[in-house]
Amino acid sequence: MVAVQETIERVRRIDVDQYRYGFETLIESDKAPKGLSEDTVRFISAKKSEPAWMLQWRLEAYRRWLTMTEPTWARVDYPKIDFQDLYYYAAPKPKKTVTSLDEIDPEILKTYEKLGIPLREVAMLEGVEPKVGEEDPARRKIAVDAVFDSVSVATTFKAELKKAGVIFMPISEAIREHPELVQKHLGSVVPTSDNFYATLNSAVFSDGSFVYVPPGVRCPMELSTYFRINERNTGQFERTLIIADKGSYVSYLEGCTAPQRDENQLHAAVVELVALDDAEIKYSTVQNWYPGNSEGKGGIYNFVTKRGDCRGAHSKISWTQVETGSAITWKYPSCILRGDNSRGEFYSIAISNGFQQVDSGTKMIHLGKNTSSRIISKGIAAGRSQNTYRGLVTAHRKATGTRNFTACDSLLIGDKCGAHTVPYIEAKNSSATFEHEATTSKISENVLFYCIQRGLSQEEAVGLVVNGFVKQVLQKLPMEFAVEAQKLISISLDGSVG
Amino acid sequence: MALLEIRDLHVGVENRGIIRGVHLNVNAGELHAIMGPNGSGKSTLSHVIAGKPGYEITGGQVLFRGENLLRMEPNERAAKGVFLAFQYPVDIPGVTTTNFLRAALNAQRKARGQQEFSTPEFLKRVREVAGSLNIPQDMLKRGVNVGFSGGEKKRNEILQMALFEPSLCLLDEIDSGLDIDALRTVASGINALRSPERAMIVITHYRRLLDHIVPDIVHVMSRGRIRKSGGKELALELEACGYAQFEDAA
Repeated sequence: MVAVQETIERVRRIDVDQYRYGFETLIESDKAPKGLSEDTVRFISAKKSEPAWMLQWRLEAYRRWLTMTEPTWARVDYPKIDFQDLYYYAAPKPKKTVTSLDEIDPEILKTYEKLGIPLREVAMLEGVEPKVGEEDPARRKIAVDAVFDSVSVATTFKAELKKAGVIFMPISEAIREHPELVQKHLGSVVPTSDNFYATLNSAVFSDGSFVYVPPGVRCPMELSTYFRINERNTGQFERTLIIADKGSYVSYLEGCTAPQRDENQLHAAVVELVALDDAEIKYSTVQNWYPGNSEGKGGIYNFVTKRGDCRGAHSKISWTQVETGSAITWKYPSCILRGDNSRGEFYSIAISNGFQQVDSGTKMIHLGKNTSSRIISKGIAAGRSQNTYRGLVTAHRKATGTRNFTACDSLLIGDKCGAHTVPYIEAKNSSATFEHEATTSKISENVLFYCIQRGLSQEEAVGLVVNGFVKQVLQKLPMEFAVEAQKLISISLDGSVG
Repeated sequence: MALLEIRDLHVGVENRGIIRGVHLNVNAGELHAIMGPNGSGKSTLSHVIAGKPGYEITGGQVLFRGENLLRMEPNERAAKGVFLAFQYPVDIPGVTTTNFLRAALNAQRKARGQQEFSTPEFLKRVREVAGSLNIPQDMLKRGVNVGFSGGEKKRNEILQMALFEPSLCLLDEIDSGLDIDALRTVASGINALRSPERAMIVITHYRRLLDHIVPDIVHVMSRGRIRKSGGKELALELEACGYAQFEDAA
């Protein structure tokens, strides 16, 4: 077992020293007073110049939250969070009102440059426009909304999107500029009373992205939001709302990183997707929050509620996620398949290493007739981490002719980690067809030796096997992200590959 | 200097001696066959030369072009030109044969300080080599050995051997699990790769393989030692009398 032992050793050494995004940006910031009270909620609402209805909505959520307790059913273990010891709002201090990119604090621009996130449209526009039918994916345009701590600092390609009728802007702006759309849909998928963290988010969310795609429009480019937590002791509570009107299509990407810190930081986001008749939303995440160091110190607590509502007939929502970061991940991107013939998909790669704890999965709630869903989950556990897939597939009494296919595969590297699969399946009518497959395997000594005998190093061999294991899901990511994700997977597992 | 020189090699697993004093010299251009019953240590010998973990070397030396092979990592040995064709090639789901071959070949080239092949260069090469061995292009696009028949797996081993151009080929029971037609195909692939610069060690139970691949030297191994060495006629002798006569010789 020498080779496997070595892999384990190597993987054990990998930790945060490999985390490339652990730097901190030194800028002045504007913070709400520490702790959470009605005043904090009012402060945030006032900072955002929100209308009265929004403040009322937040306050109701806050009062509700006071009556709730933290959920304990997940297979994660962490010291109790002191919600009064956090800042709930932090914004980079603006030099003046920002109207163009040139007026953004250069330190922030530098931060995004370091992260490889293009905030300058010019840079993206260079090169020849690809001809129709021979699209070059590397040159495809991506509109980016960059959220720094609690506020959105830049949104690119707004004008070009506007031409197509697509609204893509910080949600704080949308509340002011498109109140009818926001008021109608906010909380319609994840109600303010949904769960402890979602309710907290409803009370104190500060920013996030808002997308509306009008009927029949195919969004002309990928939309992307990049989240960055910078401030110390600050929770990030972003809120994303995406509405795809009848017959429209949008693909949305989300990325996240945070500096390396010894203390834990809280991230409690809510994402709501609404797909009307014949609409399709593709939502991809590459989550790379700081995972903590080799002793399990520090790292992001990621308690996220993501849910899509296939409200219209023949609508489709597809979640693809690559989860490599965070000390604790508690996340179940779900689909409510309300419209007849609607379809939900969940493709997930969850990698845990060091002392990371992942409890992630999905819910497919079949309410409409002939609805279908597909779940492909690939969990990889290394180091001393624990990796749990938790999923629910349910068919309502009236949801006849529903179908689900679930495949959960777990790969273990070393003998100190754990992989767990907790599927719940409930069919309340006899015409539902649910299939569930699950496997758990270890990277075998023989496979490693085979690769190494052919000239690959130990790390290259592990990287190759792991990338093969997750390939089915990687293929679901937009091209730009797939390459990035593939690199990230190698880095998460050993640092020297990629 | 012999290409491969094994001096008084002793190898154990969990304190049990598997190889108990093997001496062997293999020169470039030679094809050696090692025959012996199950458990004689012949497969272990090939694993130890290639560097498979899990064996305890309790004594002796293995020199490859005069260098101490036992101190090298298995991938260093591969880059130096040691190739092991596996008795049971593993499957690697999700990794296409093409990607696997490119990663491996470029890793070897990099280790030797040679320039890595670009994708087009590599594809041209691998197609040529596959064509010369009558291996269908379709096999290159499939996951490494995933859903391959026994014959296809062994042909994939020969393809790799042809592509990597090693100077020492260890063929561990390459004939196991092959029907007579597949055996012929694999044998002709091996014969095509024989050259004055390259040495091969063929490990087998059965003489059958040696009808197709004619060895220069045949060794009979039993209970951890080479009991007798001779020309190709030794294989015929074995076929007639069995291995029992060598049990207590030497």
